[in-house]
Amino acid sequence: MKPTDPAITWLEEKPLGLTERLYLPLFLQGLSTTARHMVSRKVTVNYPEVRPTVGNPLIYRGVHRLNRDDAGRVKCVACFLCATACPAHCIDIVATESPWPDREKYPESFSIDELRCIFCGMCEEACPVDAIELTSLLDLTGKSREEMIFDKEKLLSVYDMTKDAEPMKSKTLAAGGMATFGTAPGNPTTAAGGHH
Amino acid sequence: MNLLPSAATLAALVKIGLLVGGLMTAAAYLVLLERWIAAWVQDRRGPNRVGIPLTKVKLFGLGQPLADGLKIILKEDFTPSGVDRVLYNAAPLVILAASLAIFAAIPFGSVLPPLGIPGLPDPVPFLVAPGLDVGVLWVFALSSIAVYGVLLGGWASNNKYGFLGGLRSSAQLVAYEIPLGLGLLGVVLAAGSLRLDTIMNAQAETGVWYAFAQPLGFIVFMVASFAEAARLPFDLPEAEQELVGGYHTEYSGIKLLLFLVAEFLHMITAAFLIVILFLGGWHLWGVTGSSQEIGWIQALLRFGILSGKILGVIVFFMLVRWSWPRFRFDQLMNLAWKVMLPLGLVNLVTVAAVEEFRPQLVAALGPGFAGAVAIALPWIACLVGWLVAGVFTPSGTDNTPILTHDPLDIEREMAEHERLERAPHDVSPTLAGSR
Repeated sequence: MKPTDPAITWLEEKPLGLTERLYLPLFLQGLSTTARHMVSRKVTVNYPEVRPTVGNPLIYRGVHRLNRDDAGRVKCVACFLCATACPAHCIDIVATESPWPDREKYPESFSIDELRCIFCGMCEEACPVDAIELTSLLDLTGKSREEMIFDKEKLLSVYDMTKDAEPMKSKTLAAGGMATFGTAPGNPTTAAGGHH
Repeated sequence: MNLLPSAATLAALVKIGLLVGGLMTAAAYLVLLERWIAAWVQDRRGPNRVGIPLTKVKLFGLGQPLADGLKIILKEDFTPSGVDRVLYNAAPLVILAASLAIFAAIPFGSVLPPLGIPGLPDPVPFLVAPGLDVGVLWVFALSSIAVYGVLLGGWASNNKYGFLGGLRSSAQLVAYEIPLGLGLLGVVLAAGSLRLDTIMNAQAETGVWYAFAQPLGFIVFMVASFAEAARLPFDLPEAEQELVGGYHTEYSGIKLLLFLVAEFLHMITAAFLIVILFLGGWHLWGVTGSSQEIGWIQALLRFGILSGKILGVIVFFMLVRWSWPRFRFDQLMNLAWKVMLPLGLVNLVTVAAVEEFRPQLVAALGPGFAGAVAIALPWIACLVGWLVAGVFTPSGTDNTPILTHDPLDIEREMAEHERLERAPHDVSPTLAGSR
């Protein structure tokens, strides 16, 4: 692009005033800003001792879980929508005929490679029965690659572990959305819209 | 024949040991302080994990310098293939040796009370080379030699970033030596000595620090020493955002460590000089007194006050780093030659005039009022000079490109312009064509 290009709008810079030319007022302004931040509240935490607070668990994208229905069965119907939506191809499902009358298929095995996962939340968006959800667990570590491939039992156990602190998102939203999370900031309509 | 070293030699060796050990430790801990201040200014917590090795004691991260030093020493000392080997290896040695040797002439306290050791003249000063009449010259000569380390490192690396860093630092350091010298000359003129301990004593005796007597000289010297220490906003020689590492881009391992230590030593030197020349050295009103016959408590108190002041100046250096953006190179040069040089001259002339006519002033006005006038005049010069410099010196550069009016070009531009006018929603002509 040339400087003569008519698409360029050249702005006239405002000429510096006397206080700016004398530099000292700006000098003091900069120093006072720095000094204010020196003593202001820190935004980071001493991590292992102090856990960072998750602003809104409804929209936080942490470790996955597989939800159970009221009978304690896995909710998943093995429709493969999450695996299809997954941009990282980290979801592996083996479907088989369901032993229960209320659905045709269920996952014989369901595994997520947490090392490949990019935590985009597309699986959660794609799921038609709210079976797969992202929790607000944020420190995911392991000692081997195999350990980081979460199978169905592990994903269900994540649900068992987190269901009291974080009930299923669809139920939470139906019961009045974010109001149940007393500390959760943000706009409820945005979060709710994202899940329907 | 007496093979034992004399008491004076032993005293000098002890002082060298204390000073070098102290300086190296200080440089290591200043790295930690710098990281802490950087973190606090950015609302972070900073390094607070490493404590006593092999234990779980954290001590607010005070073990960090040890871990940092160990890490960088154990790293591979890699020499790139294209470098000039002799100069490449000499550069870090030159810069560190020069930065350390500077401290031979810098007093790090007042004097010790009489020790009564035979062969050792009392009182023992806190100075490695006592009685060096050209102390200030020694300091400035060696700090100029330290510049060679930067230049050699940049040149010998055979790397464009290193070369640019060396190039920039040569221009910058040469330019700022002059205001630095002018700021210093006012102090030398007022104190009548090139010895740093005499300069401190002169301030302690009158109680008027030279920062109050020569405000303009203080400002000029302060700005110039920021530039000499290559600290932000004058850190163009290394400017990591644009030059990777500047002159030490190609260095690694222990050689890089020598460069980094030398950089912090430069900052310590600058802080020492600012405190000694302008902020009264070890003097504090009503606390330290000004006599040379002192007890142990006062000797240690003076040492503590000097160290405290130096730490304060260094913290100021670090706060400044996070407060202002880096100057562009033309702004840097404008500031040196068009602002700091004239202001330094104004200060020098004012101080010279005040010192020249001080006896007449005292005779005409009495000592008290004459002293007030001698302080007021440099302040007036400072305000006027500052105002003039602010109003008349170019502070910005017009970056609008000069539009060339080539007739052929204009016809093409007009055609292009008309084409765009016909299809106003197509931003790019090529996109419009492909549609």
